[in-house]
Amino acid sequence: MIWVAIQMLTGDRAKFFGIVFGIAFASLLIAQQSSIFCGLMLMTTSQIKDIQGADIWVMNPNVRFVDDLKPLSENDLYRVRGVPGVQWAVRLYKNLSRARLENGNFQQVILLGLDDSTFVGAPAEITMGSLADLRRPDAVFVDEAGYHLLWPGEPFQLGRTFEMNDRRAVIVGICKASRTFQTFPVVYTRYSQAVQFAPPERKVLSFVLAQPEPGLSPEEVAARITAQTGLKALSRNDFSWLTIHYYLQNTGIPMNFGITVILGFLVGSAIAGQTFYTFTIENLKQFGALKAMGVSNLGVVGMVLLQALVVSVLGYGIGVGLAAAFGQFTRNQSKLAFFMPWEVLGLTALAVLVIALLSSVLSVRRVLVLEPAIVFR
Amino acid sequence: MLQSYLQKEFLTESVARRQTPGASAVICRSVTKVFGEGETQVQALRGVDLEAPYGEMSLLVGPSGCGKTTLLSVMAGILEPTSGSVTVLGQALDQLRGQALVRFRGQNIGFIFQQYNLLPALTAAENAAIPLLIQGWSRRKAVAKAKELLDAVGVGARAHALPSQLSGGQQQRVAIARALVHEPRLLICDEPTSALDGDTGHVIMDIIRRVGVGPDRAVIVVTHDSRVFEFGDRIIHMNDGRVVKTESNGSAGPRVSVNPSPAQEILTEQARQTRGRSQ
Repeated sequence: MIWVAIQMLTGDRAKFFGIVFGIAFASLLIAQQSSIFCGLMLMTTSQIKDIQGADIWVMNPNVRFVDDLKPLSENDLYRVRGVPGVQWAVRLYKNLSRARLENGNFQQVILLGLDDSTFVGAPAEITMGSLADLRRPDAVFVDEAGYHLLWPGEPFQLGRTFEMNDRRAVIVGICKASRTFQTFPVVYTRYSQAVQFAPPERKVLSFVLAQPEPGLSPEEVAARITAQTGLKALSRNDFSWLTIHYYLQNTGIPMNFGITVILGFLVGSAIAGQTFYTFTIENLKQFGALKAMGVSNLGVVGMVLLQALVVSVLGYGIGVGLAAAFGQFTRNQSKLAFFMPWEVLGLTALAVLVIALLSSVLSVRRVLVLEPAIVFR
Repeated sequence: MLQSYLQKEFLTESVARRQTPGASAVICRSVTKVFGEGETQVQALRGVDLEAPYGEMSLLVGPSGCGKTTLLSVMAGILEPTSGSVTVLGQALDQLRGQALVRFRGQNIGFIFQQYNLLPALTAAENAAIPLLIQGWSRRKAVAKAKELLDAVGVGARAHALPSQLSGGQQQRVAIARALVHEPRLLICDEPTSALDGDTGHVIMDIIRRVGVGPDRAVIVVTHDSRVFEFGDRIIHMNDGRVVKTESNGSAGPRVSVNPSPAQEILTEQARQTRGRSQ
């Protein structure tokens, strides 16, 4: 009877495609919007991800996310270094600065000052130049997207200059960096150079990057640092989640995307549910005939559920496939944030399952209470 | 020849259950059926007593609303009577519950509906195979057997056509094949000719009579079409929920000149092959 159920389902092409379309639409909307949301959230942590080499971030206890900068004192660096289990600890400067270009234009940039001796946190992929050049006077690296923002449409060129805090910066390298939530260019330089580019402040140390000794987990050593110094110390992963939670709790992003996802779910449910219910109602007499001919209630319910499962799997596959294609296309063609982890696929599958269940519940109820005697009316 | 074929091909298992001539396939005793409650209560059956013998086609006739279809549903085991007893093929239906009743119905009763109720997405052969699919046959075997039945009822050439591509008469022939494919011992027909013109109705009744009636099988037909009364061995008149008269029709049988050539030839050939195989 499995075959009969599928033939019944696919026999009326218009209705069949209508149901599949409804579920595919819901899948597409849910998967696509969720992926953009995940992409945006991931973007907020892009600098934590990009600053490689240290597994622990140490910061002011009141820091709530990666861009919430509350400087530390130089002493804090030494206190962290003194915590048992810390293999090494280095400075990291991070702040927003204003770049003044040759043509007089200004552009906000994210300025990162790396430890002078180790360059911990240096960009992983360098397109032009050499990291060693960062030791030259006034030397900076700029990320590719940032370069295009500073000099739109112009080819990469080393040796170009701009000013920050009335100090000349010379581009000695171009690197790749993940796109930031603020979309500003990322400028890498030495820590000692970065504090020259920054306006004078009493305390300028943004973060301490630390590494646990071999055999110790970052979480364990971070807890020791916090206990001993009173500073907030987090593993890279925990700091990423702290940042994401901040954006979730303090911005309207989740609400906006959540509304779209819910709307997709509702519209998809309405289209699929209504079409599927109509389909069942129109086949009620056929189901009645099957019951009269010896198909049990369980058998008929199984047929309806199988039909719902088939359209769900097809709709889900099409919807998620389209969403993935959209993500692939936009990644190459635009700057839209898009990240589709397995959790998005799982969430979409769950939503589709609920839509299928909602759609079939009414239908199942109708066929369950259906008297086979209907065929004689 | 047709009877011979059917007995050999379809009724091999039923030899052991062959009934004494004159015994009843269906016995109803004091059957009542009440729908609704209070002021909206409707008494559809008011103590029906009837017997439908094996080897006969019984016609249930009467005006609209007299309870024919209700009684048919009760006899088919798809509607439970309010009171009274119904025995079908020796089995008291009130002793069967749930799945057992569904199984009994699926194995022993064939249905022919007024509106055919063919699944529009399935071909004629696939539609005719449904009772076998319900019993768990493989699709290939079920369709192969269904095609034999379609040949027997004269629409073998349209086995791959969809219901929408068939005329009303052809659809009803497919429905007859579907009703018989699983070798039921009781054939229940609800107004099988009411959606057909007079000539086609006669052809359909003739086919039902030829293929449905057998020594250990019975056919019950609900009809208000007086043009086909002549096909019944027994005509049971109903009115206001009661059986008011039962007539025997000694000369029942096909009264029309059915062109039997295509079906008969197929059946003859198949019967010959069957005999050859069995030897």
